[in-house]
This record gives sequence, structure tokens and C-alpha cells, in this order.
Amino acid sequence: MYNQPLNDPAVIACLHCDLLQRLPDLEPGASARCPRCHKELWRRREDSLNRTFALTLAAAMLYVVANSVPMLGISAVGRGASTTVLEGAMHLWREGPRIVGVLVLITAVIAPALQIAFMLAIVLEARRERPPRWIGTLLRHHPTTRTWSMIEVMLLGVLVALIKIADYATVIPGVALFTLGVLVFLLAGIQASFDPKEVWDRIQWADEDARRDAALDRIAGEAS
Amino acid sequence: MSGAAPTAMQHGLQSCETCGLLSRPAAGEVEGRCPRCAEELSFRKHDSLQRTWAYLIAAAICYIPANVLPVLTTTTAAGAESDTIMQGVVLLWSPTGWPLSLIVLIASIMIPSAKILALMYLLITVQRGSVHNNAQRIRMYRMVEFIGRWSMVDVFVDTFTAALIQLQPLMSVEPGPGLFFFAAVVVFTMLAVEAFDPRLIWDSISSKEPSSDEANPGEANSNEANPNEANPNEVSYA
Ligand SMILES: [Zn+2]
Repeated sequence: MYNQPLNDPAVIACLHCDLLQRLPDLEPGASARCPRCHKELWRRREDSLNRTFALTLAAAMLYVVANSVPMLGISAVGRGASTTVLEGAMHLWREGPRIVGVLVLITAVIAPALQIAFMLAIVLEARRERPPRWIGTLLRHHPTTRTWSMIEVMLLGVLVALIKIADYATVIPGVALFTLGVLVFLLAGIQASFDPKEVWDRIQWADEDARRDAALDRIAGEAS
Repeated sequence: MSGAAPTAMQHGLQSCETCGLLSRPAAGEVEGRCPRCAEELSFRKHDSLQRTWAYLIAAAICYIPANVLPVLTTTTAAGAESDTIMQGVVLLWSPTGWPLSLIVLIASIMIPSAKILALMYLLITVQRGSVHNNAQRIRMYRMVEFIGRWSMVDVFVDTFTAALIQLQPLMSVEPGPGLFFFAAVVVFTMLAVEAFDPRLIWDSISSKEPSSDEANPGEANSNEANPNEANPNEVSYA
């Protein structure tokens, strides 16, 4: 059973303290914060869809490169070895606690891929006149992919490993290492340029009747 | 700032955690779906305290083997040697290596234990209906949410160290059982943060204030230059 929306769509409740408030109209770049708990309620982004699209497209290409070329190589006493992110996870699957291999696979490979793919689909479809409802599902799960996508953490871990290994062998940083470094900044840029509210405001509702009723009520209220 | 701060729950309204829309359950219903994104709605996360406690206790239990069992086993011609997280920190400590040592110490020892303690503090104060230090408590929650992922650092360090150092028969490095428990601590604390409903921090205040009959939302603060300077006291509620 669907809930009934309020007539005034600008009235919201803070997700961190439940305080009711009315979102002001914001200039691009400005933000609104909850007066009680200071949670950022909304930050309006400038040219959100175009900028996010450009950054996401770049991130998608870098992701492919980062996962197909070696990230680290070593050489010692005439032997060499190299690894990609995927091989690192596979090694744990074979030798170590398997489930940790799965966790590395999720946080370093799968979640970042979903994060980029979901965002790409969202910004592409959101350009339509009436964005389809299924991008709401992607928008819904996007925060989860972001939580578990840990490329920046992995990069720090790789740097620590790199310096640790330098005691035993000569370390050769691979192309993927630099690519991942740029990818971290791109992912942060996507986060900074994307405005989910802009998409939610235009999306097809699950209950179109409720939306129409609320809009009619608002018009009637303003007229009287 | 006394006076009633109107909350959505006091007015029978539910806000969608997914899309932010505020809506009212149909007459006679307690819960419903978001009319915009179809997400199931409730006033507060279901069994938030119990679920957070469960994840937290699981994390605290795993924290012990995570620190006692070896995370890496190094095999050389001289034999095999196992290191726990703390031994790894000590091994890295040198005139040049101490920054790395510090990173691992903070990420693997301090952040997970601080997270567990901070969440326990939040759970206990919420259960006792505390109305004090709400601003600090919500800041603590956001801090825990923000830094949590960084405790994964050591999992990645050990993964790539083990994946690379395979110079048989001279030397090889294999992950140890401690890594499993350490990864479990990270995952359980992240799930605990996810299960905790920060709105519970404010509920005891709201329940001690009279509720007005009609929603009278205040205007959210907005400013362009420095959002952190917004003063909550400047906003009044009608
Ligand atoms: Zn708030």
C-alpha cells in the first residue's frame, strides 16, 4: 500500500534527526543544512548531469584499463612477478581465507564497477523527458555500491605493501597503479557533481495517482 | 533552543531513506511504501538497537582472534615465521618506515576498537534515553560512518604482499587465519553502522517536548560560503 505524499514537496524530514523542515530554493552550488543536527540536506549542483556524465565516462574507461594491466611487479634474484587487482583477490581465494578473497573482490573490483555502471545508466537515462522508474532502483542501490567500493583504501594498502616489499625485492609500480590513483579522484568528482534530488524530482513515480492528487491539492490550496 | 522541534514521527509522517520524500501512511495503516520510489517505509529502522548490538558483539568477539592470530606467514630457507597485526606494526617501525607503521597501527588497531567503543556508547546512551550531548553524539556517529572503511587497509596490504612475494623456494608469504577474523571485524562494524538509526539519538528529546497539532516546518539553513557556520539557534520554529 502506497503512502500519501504531502502537498508541499519541499517539506522534508532530516534523515539524521527526523526534524521537519522546508527546503529553501537554492542557488547552484549552495547547500542547505539541518538547523538541529547540521546534516547536509541538499546541495544543489551546477550542471550536474553533464558534469557527472563526463566524469563517469572517464571513470569507466580508466576502470577497464586499471583492471587489465599489471598494478605491481617485483623482481628479485633474477625472478619476476606481477599482479593485477583481480589476481590479488584470486591468490587469496586459492591460498588464504577464501571469504577474504571474496571481500577483496567485492570491495576492489565488483562494487567500483557497479558504482560506475549504475551512475552511467542513471545520468544517461535521467536526460529523458520523463526518466523511467527503473533508474530509481539504481539510485536506491547506488549508496550501497559506494559504501563497499574502496578503491582509495586499496590504493593506500597497495602503497604500504609496495614499501614493505621493497625490503625484499625491487618493486616496479605498474600502469594500473597510476590509473587507479586518477580513478580515486574521478570517483570523488562524481560524488561532488551528482545531485540525486534533481533526478528524483523528475522520475516517474511508483504511484502516479498520488503524485497527481498531491499536485492538484497544492494548486487548489494556492488558489484559495 | 527550547520549544517543540517538530519531527516527522510526531506528525505521523515517514521520510524515505532512499529518495527523501515525506509521506503519510494510508488511514489505519502503520507502514506503507514510498509513492515515489516504492521503498518500504517505517518510522525508524526495524530492530535498530538489537541488530546494531548483534553486529557489534560479533565484531568484538572477532577482534580478539584478529589480534592474536597471525595475518601473514613468511616462509624462507630459515623456516616459517608468523606475524600478527601488531607484530607487523612493530616490524615496519624504523627511522624510514614509521609513517607506514603508523598508518597500519591507526587503521587496523585504533579505528576498529574506537568504532566498537563509540557505537557501544551510542547504543547505551540511546537505551538510557539520554538527552545530553546530542550534537556530539551525532557527530560521533558520522565520524564512525566516515572512517570505518579505512580499517580495510591492512586486508589490502596483506593481500598484495602475499600475492606478490612468491619466490619459491627462496621465499613466500601466505595469508594467515587472523586475516579472516580481521576482515570479519571490518565487515561487522560496517554493518553495525548501517543498522544504527541516528534518529534514535533525538527521539528522547522529542518525546519530552509537547507535540504541536500541525506540522509547522522551519526553514532549513542555507548558505553558500561556509555551510559549517550555520547557527542552529538562529532558526526558530513557529
Ligand atoms: Zn537533522
